[in-house]
Amino acid sequence: MRIFDPHIHMTSRTTDDYEAMHAAGVRALVEPAFWLGQPRTNVGSFTDYFDALVGWERFRAAQFGIAHHCTIALNPKEANDPRCAEVLDVLPRYLAKDGVVAVGEVGFDSMTAAEEKAFVRQLELAVEFELPAMVHTPHRDKEQGTRRTLELVADSGLTPGMVVVDHLNEVTVDQVDEAGCWMGFSIYPDTKMDEHRMVAILRRRVELGRGLGRVLVNSAADWGRSDPLKTARTGAAMLEAGFTDDDVDRVLWRNPIEFFGQSGRLLLDDDATSDAITDATATFEGNSVLRGSRD
Amino acid sequence: MTDIRPLADPDTVRAALDDAARQRHDALTAEVAADPSRLGRTFPAAARQTGRGPLPGLDGVLLEDAVRVGLVRAAAQGLDADTLLAELRELYRYGDSDEKRAVLHALAGAPAELDGSDLLHDALRTNDTRLVAAAMGPHSDRLDDDAWRQGVLKCLFTGVPVAAVTGLATRADRELAEMVQRYRREREAAGRDVPPDVQVVLDACSASPRHSDRKGS
Repeated sequence: MRIFDPHIHMTSRTTDDYEAMHAAGVRALVEPAFWLGQPRTNVGSFTDYFDALVGWERFRAAQFGIAHHCTIALNPKEANDPRCAEVLDVLPRYLAKDGVVAVGEVGFDSMTAAEEKAFVRQLELAVEFELPAMVHTPHRDKEQGTRRTLELVADSGLTPGMVVVDHLNEVTVDQVDEAGCWMGFSIYPDTKMDEHRMVAILRRRVELGRGLGRVLVNSAADWGRSDPLKTARTGAAMLEAGFTDDDVDRVLWRNPIEFFGQSGRLLLDDDATSDAITDATATFEGNSVLRGSRD
Repeated sequence: MTDIRPLADPDTVRAALDDAARQRHDALTAEVAADPSRLGRTFPAAARQTGRGPLPGLDGVLLEDAVRVGLVRAAAQGLDADTLLAELRELYRYGDSDEKRAVLHALAGAPAELDGSDLLHDALRTNDTRLVAAAMGPHSDRLDDDAWRQGVLKCLFTGVPVAAVTGLATRADRELAEMVQRYRREREAAGRDVPPDVQVVLDACSASPRHSDRKGS
């Protein structure tokens, strides 16, 4: 089983996790910029963090045979602190970099005006830098937050296929599907979403003829109670439920490459991406950016 | 106005690119030659617009590094040394690891009047072996003896081949030998392997013209 975890906060994890992830089949991942638990109070604190995402963490992952990518953004929670608003001004430097495969995490936490302002501005940056957007949906009042999210995405001019709306559940998946956006699911140890519910959602999609496209499954592992192997456990649960090896490969490997490949910034070699590109849309045609491994 | 030595022969670099990438490479080079202030925009995107990976025929040289040093070289022809150094500091400050490494390689080909040793100190503070190796290249002649010895020891400690260290044969001294011997004793006391490069450094120290030098002399 080869796995691309499309959302995991490795800065918060140990080298034991990297080893276990590699043993479980993880060969690539995306680390979205997010909240660190302790709120930051100035722009410099963010730039050092962004530098770590495009520097030290990429190096650390490479030591364990895992290709590390990231997304860069001002997250919704800290968008509410006026001392951090200037983070928006330094984002363009980072959005121009190799391995930065989306603008994110953006979206809503408490549905404030400041959050919406930062969200709209960062969707504009995604358009400007021709990058996908990774959108966090609030853990409180998720349904309403998801609805407003989709309205803002529609207004942004960003193609729905360039947007993943993350942390979905049974209640929010259909509206994201109908909007044409990618559907992200974070599999947690005992809250929000688990691997068996995930399999039920996938089975329902197949039964309704919607297939396994536009679905991303991630562990969203961070400094909280979480499990970096939840992607592998979801793959195992899919196989137990009768999905094929190819279905698992589609969801856990080819789908993330198809979505983030739209950035033109993936750091994977040809062998890793060629079959996913065959699956993907015309967006990939003529794209030589995926060529060559870096480590 | 400032001459930067290329990391690889420009024809070798161009030959490693396919037609489309070569055209983009030439366009980027012309862009920064015409307007050196474009370096900050072209440098980060250079690898994905041209290529990356080992450069055929040149052991240990990466295509993306050679391309980025080439862009610095093109810009440098229109910049005095101070302005170029300021530009390199900006590229390094906001660069990812690959960009930082390319800046260090550009410094390796810089003329004597340009001193970017502050960037080497930054690189040597990291544990990123690719940056440590690049920092101990030709520009490390700007490091004072204490910093240089610590750099050599860090190479041994982090597994960077000391073949990457410039000036080992002439600069190794008794002080470095004593540091490395202490490092070896520590490894032996712990029952751990001693990296073969330890002996390489000790041999260089014995054979060096500075062998009899004491610290501070």
